[in-house]
Amino acid sequence: MAQQDSAQAIDRELTMSRAMVEAIADEMRADEEVFYMGEDVADYGGIFDSTQGLLEEFGHDRIMDVPISETAYIGAAVGAAQAGMRPIAELMFVDFFGVGMDQIYNQMAKNTYMSGASVNVPMVLTTAVGGTYNDAAQHSQTLYGTFAHLPGMKVVVPSTAYDAKGLMHNAIRDDDPVVYMFHKRLMGIGWMPAPDGPKTPVPEEEYTIPFGSADVKREGEDVTVVTLGLHVHRAIEAAEDLAEDGIDAEVVDLRTLVPLDTETILESVAKTGRLVVVDEDYRSYGVTSEIVARVAEEDLASLEAVSRLAVPDVPIPYARPLENEVIPATEDIKDAVRSIGS
Amino acid sequence: MVQASKLQTMFTDMVTARYYEERLQEEYLEGKQPAFDISAGPIPGELHLAAGHEASATGVCQHLRDDDTVTAPHRPHHIAIAKGVDLNRMTAEIFGRETGLSKGKGGHMHLFDPEVNFACSGIIAEGCPPAVGAGLAAKKRNEDSVAVAFIGEGAVSQGAFLESLNLASVQDLPVVFVIEDNDWAISMPKDRVTDVADASQRAGGFDMPGERVDSDDATAVYDAAKEAVGRARDGNGPTLLEVQVHRRMGHFMGDPESYRPEEDSAAAKNRDSIERLASELRAAGIEDEEIDELRENAHDRVDSAIEWAKDQPQPDPEDAYGDVFVGPESGVTTTETTHELAGDTRAGGDD
Repeated sequence: MAQQDSAQAIDRELTMSRAMVEAIADEMRADEEVFYMGEDVADYGGIFDSTQGLLEEFGHDRIMDVPISETAYIGAAVGAAQAGMRPIAELMFVDFFGVGMDQIYNQMAKNTYMSGASVNVPMVLTTAVGGTYNDAAQHSQTLYGTFAHLPGMKVVVPSTAYDAKGLMHNAIRDDDPVVYMFHKRLMGIGWMPAPDGPKTPVPEEEYTIPFGSADVKREGEDVTVVTLGLHVHRAIEAAEDLAEDGIDAEVVDLRTLVPLDTETILESVAKTGRLVVVDEDYRSYGVTSEIVARVAEEDLASLEAVSRLAVPDVPIPYARPLENEVIPATEDIKDAVRSIGS
Repeated sequence: MVQASKLQTMFTDMVTARYYEERLQEEYLEGKQPAFDISAGPIPGELHLAAGHEASATGVCQHLRDDDTVTAPHRPHHIAIAKGVDLNRMTAEIFGRETGLSKGKGGHMHLFDPEVNFACSGIIAEGCPPAVGAGLAAKKRNEDSVAVAFIGEGAVSQGAFLESLNLASVQDLPVVFVIEDNDWAISMPKDRVTDVADASQRAGGFDMPGERVDSDDATAVYDAAKEAVGRARDGNGPTLLEVQVHRRMGHFMGDPESYRPEEDSAAAKNRDSIERLASELRAAGIEDEEIDELRENAHDRVDSAIEWAKDQPQPDPEDAYGDVFVGPESGVTTTETTHELAGDTRAGGDD
């Protein structure tokens, strides 16, 4: 996206949650078949502000609180979508996927293929991801790789308000299932302060951002840092510090894991020759290894050095020093970049 | 009293479904004898046949329209036939052919025919939540279509079933849940998996009407389903039905049934719901000749569907890559509009 000062430049800033909600509200006004259901999404407005204000405009029929019963209501979204509606179902924490996963990966993600595309499932599954606030092993995961691994669902991970709105418009209009993973720390919730970065100017008009289109959030010549979600902002912060040491890092925000924009990564690596992949998911069999493998397969010759930074293969711990140890920090990104030279 | 024409339709559904399973059994075993090799022969994969279940499917589906949704479990053929699924394309799908309902990507446990709103799930009880969703869509659109989820009695302890009863009940949705009780969850008899002999009592826990039809009597199922479907269609909420059926064959083809007492298999074979309905046809004044003709026509239809299916081409291996999504991967757009955004976009934070 262009970022410049001018008389016409858009200066209305929104938090990521408000940008998400704005897109949902626009789509609900335009199409009566769009509705939202989840736990505490109506009267509460979403524990992480994902539906704040929607109940007042659309009422309980379209902003539906449901029983704590993920299998039933996520599966009901699948059934309503197959009947041609456009449901959005919210899984409060991605960590709760275990209690409803059959509906997600065996029904939502496979019914299109198993029907030879005579059936389609136009639904969005929204879910809150991520740690950094000491919620321990069952409420802090991102599980990016788990969802991206299983075929049949698109996986979207916005890092800014601007991206969140455009990606949400595209998600709701998509005729296929989309998992929309929003990082709690980026939403701009009063009780969970966001870092600098996710709150951005957002156009009032609607716009769509295509899936499979990574965004170079910072241009650089010396090293490519590929990341997503919260770690886009940590990587940019690291890059600014590194610049003081004369290391010019490029930060690529994937924005979607399925489809994956391998081309933008390859272009960047062809320029820099060095690749650091940063992820808030587990290290093994995950996003970081997938990115490195794709670059190695496609353009091994350009790859002079590589490093990856992710949650080591342990559950997310509770106490602050322990959690800080396992979730990659800005300092860790700087160390990883320095470790592969420049 | 069920009309004679309805009795004839039900009889036709039942003899079609029975003969279909018998013929598939023959086809399936081709190349699998004397030693059973699941990967040999013209029909790929597992095969769960429903001989003995016919009364439940036809008794319920008599009350359904094409715009009513049905979800079926891993044992779906009799239900698909009663719902009016295209028999030729369904058979081609079971044989894994290109012109099958799913172009050979689904198989016998994953039959989808959107023309008559029929879908399957091979995972126990997991067809229930999508049926609830179809009911939810009907209610939201203010339409009078209904949804029916068929499951086996082995599914009554599954969360997906119990959660679906609750959601359908609290939202007053037009859904009918039908438990086909064939006494066996693969090798587990019902009394070893639940202390509740009559699973329709599960309805009471959700303040929903529940009824058990204690014998596989098509007209008794017809009567019970008439009330349940009518209740749903009139906007008066869900119902749970349990229907006693019988399993005349193994859980799947190749099941040695070593766990099953011989008397139980013999008893299942003796209580034939098709012969029971034939007696009712005679009592309603339908001549034996006419009954034979219904049977022969049904057999001809099945034979011709199987013949057609076997004549269909195998899918092109390249087709394995398609149909993961119906739309473009990028969504509704391939390009991104450029906006001029003011200042440092990293000055963010909270409201």
